[in-house]
Amino acid sequence: MIDERFDAIVVGAGMAGNAAALTMAKRGLKVLQLERGEYSGSKNVQGAILYADMLEKLVPDFREDAPLERHLVEQRFWMMDDRSHTGLHYRSDDFNEEKPNRYTIIRAQFDKWFSSKVREAGVTVLCETTVTELAQDAYGKVIGVRTDRLGGEIHADVVVLAEGVNGVLGTRAGLRERPKPDKVALAVKEMHFLPRETIEARFNLKGDEGVVIEAVGTISGGMTGMGFIYANKECISLGIGCLVADFQRTGQTPYGLLDRFKRHPSVAPLIEGSEVKEYSAHLIPEGGYKAIPQLFGEGWVVVGDAAQLNNAIHREGSNLAMTSGRIAGEAIFQVKSRRDPMTAENLALYKKMLDESFVIKDLKKYKDMPALMHTQSQNFFLTYPQLVSKAMQNFLRVDGTPKVEKEKSSLRSFIEARSWTGLFGDAFRFARAWR
Amino acid sequence: MHIVVCIKQVPDSAQIRVHPVTNTIMRQGVPTIINPYDLFALEAALELRDKLGGEVTVLTMGPASAEDSLRKALTFGADRAVLLTDRFFAGADTLATSYALATAIRKIGTEFATPDIVFTGKQTIDGDTAQVGPGIAKRLGLLQLTYVAKISKLDLEARTIEAERRAEGGVQVLQTRLPCLVTMLEATNQIRRGAMKDALRAARAPIVKWSAQEAGVEDISKCGLRGSPTIVKRVFAPSPRTEKATFIELAEQPAEALIEAIFQRQPNLEAELATLARGY
Repeated sequence: MIDERFDAIVVGAGMAGNAAALTMAKRGLKVLQLERGEYSGSKNVQGAILYADMLEKLVPDFREDAPLERHLVEQRFWMMDDRSHTGLHYRSDDFNEEKPNRYTIIRAQFDKWFSSKVREAGVTVLCETTVTELAQDAYGKVIGVRTDRLGGEIHADVVVLAEGVNGVLGTRAGLRERPKPDKVALAVKEMHFLPRETIEARFNLKGDEGVVIEAVGTISGGMTGMGFIYANKECISLGIGCLVADFQRTGQTPYGLLDRFKRHPSVAPLIEGSEVKEYSAHLIPEGGYKAIPQLFGEGWVVVGDAAQLNNAIHREGSNLAMTSGRIAGEAIFQVKSRRDPMTAENLALYKKMLDESFVIKDLKKYKDMPALMHTQSQNFFLTYPQLVSKAMQNFLRVDGTPKVEKEKSSLRSFIEARSWTGLFGDAFRFARAWR
Repeated sequence: MHIVVCIKQVPDSAQIRVHPVTNTIMRQGVPTIINPYDLFALEAALELRDKLGGEVTVLTMGPASAEDSLRKALTFGADRAVLLTDRFFAGADTLATSYALATAIRKIGTEFATPDIVFTGKQTIDGDTAQVGPGIAKRLGLLQLTYVAKISKLDLEARTIEAERRAEGGVQVLQTRLPCLVTMLEATNQIRRGAMKDALRAARAPIVKWSAQEAGVEDISKCGLRGSPTIVKRVFAPSPRTEKATFIELAEQPAEALIEAIFQRQPNLEAELATLARGY
């Protein structure tokens, strides 16, 4: 065992862990961060989009040296059937601002940079060190961690669990349950490399402008899922994810879905001639507000994906991770500065501060959305996209049919597929869940 | 006992790319590792230290980022790390590298303790010359044991070392006097997983950084590109072999048939051989 004590041990060097470690070190706490990967970012997988505001609160001048790919000027939502997509595109020159709001990033590079800021703040960062379990005293209070290194037990006043979506340590210590298959999505992603000019021509971009495409529809084969395409500088991140429970239920494979997504006539031309140099997979917490586990206890707090903090509707995860990490760090500092012990009672401050932030407020707003999407997946991801595509085509195809009849036939197809009550029910349920 | 281990930070060859036009190695964005051969040297040194006491100092020459490799060596359990970094060292071939490293080892001797053994890996995976180790030995006047598979005995009182050296057709057991330089063969041991206390120390330990001047280099023209007589004239990717092997029917007199086949392929060879043979 190591004799030296730390104020806090942070398990994990992703967005949440880095935010927590950085915040505490800046406040003068003695922090140890443990990461199982070779370096921060080597194990981390995300699409990825970075939200500037949440990072600014941690590293105000991050734009000076952070490895950013493109700032987003355009968002495309696609509703797809097998041969078409109906799109809602929003592009604005307002996004070409001095301090853009969203960027595409590549996590392996970005996290290395983020970790350098954490080190500069004075955190002791140990990589290639896996925490095997939490060290607890006779009363169950968390007093430190055990690692896979010889003599690897080390103690601290508080342990910040930023261990990622699986929450292995928390589960092992009996602090929480394992995430359930209907509360996590499995996403797979490929990096398609193309010359810069080709990407800019295909996506209608200039300079460092970037675009995001998010797609739902028959691409997920009736499962609750979503596809995405992000333009980086010299590569395109392309992926698709669906609920693990849906994969179990239908027996479909993630790589099968990805392959079909890539061959879709709306997608194939975007990646034509590219070279795939990287592929990865990741679990994403999708349970929303109702899936959030206990967030604090005797000598511990949990942040980021490990706390299932992910807004599936807005596809925001990393900013919730950064914010929860920062708030946890801030709460721990406040408890410490009052010279109070790191008890559950005192650490409840973290939950209180988090409740007041956008993190919990947003998740609360959509608390019924995950369940609706999961139970109605057949309608929302298969039936409606097909109906919309058919209606659009009917609307656009000029074939001598009077317009009135066209409109009637489109409406009829909706009613036949879902009935009046079904349509109103879906609209009502959706509106209520959104509100 | 004081052991110095020379290591080199190299691009991870498993992830390397060659530029299709210039044929040069694209180092940008390629992860770096400690030259794998050097890890066998480091482990051998650490084992000796654990058995007989003393200290292990790791030494490298390279850019500031080579600090990562030194920290990793400290995590494995090395006691001290020295980084030789200076723009004057850039572009060094094996002659200039061995000069710089030998100078630094001399300085390590005066600054900390005179080394009893200097270890290097057999060769690096990016240069493949196997010249730097022997070069250091020559410059420091050390006895050298190359391609060593195992240190079988080390007697600090008698100042002798016995090593097993893999040679063609068997194993040589060699004995020599200390101080000496050893270059270690691959697959002779397995680098340890550093203990928690070493990992913790490595994350925070100061790295000794020396410029050419601080390392005691007297003649800067012997360093880096200026001190390197080796010139890379051209780098090219080998073209795939197009000529196929020819099968020869087994004849009454196979040797004659073979020669005939060779002369058929190399029409000028017969005349050339005849000219050469004329003198005998």
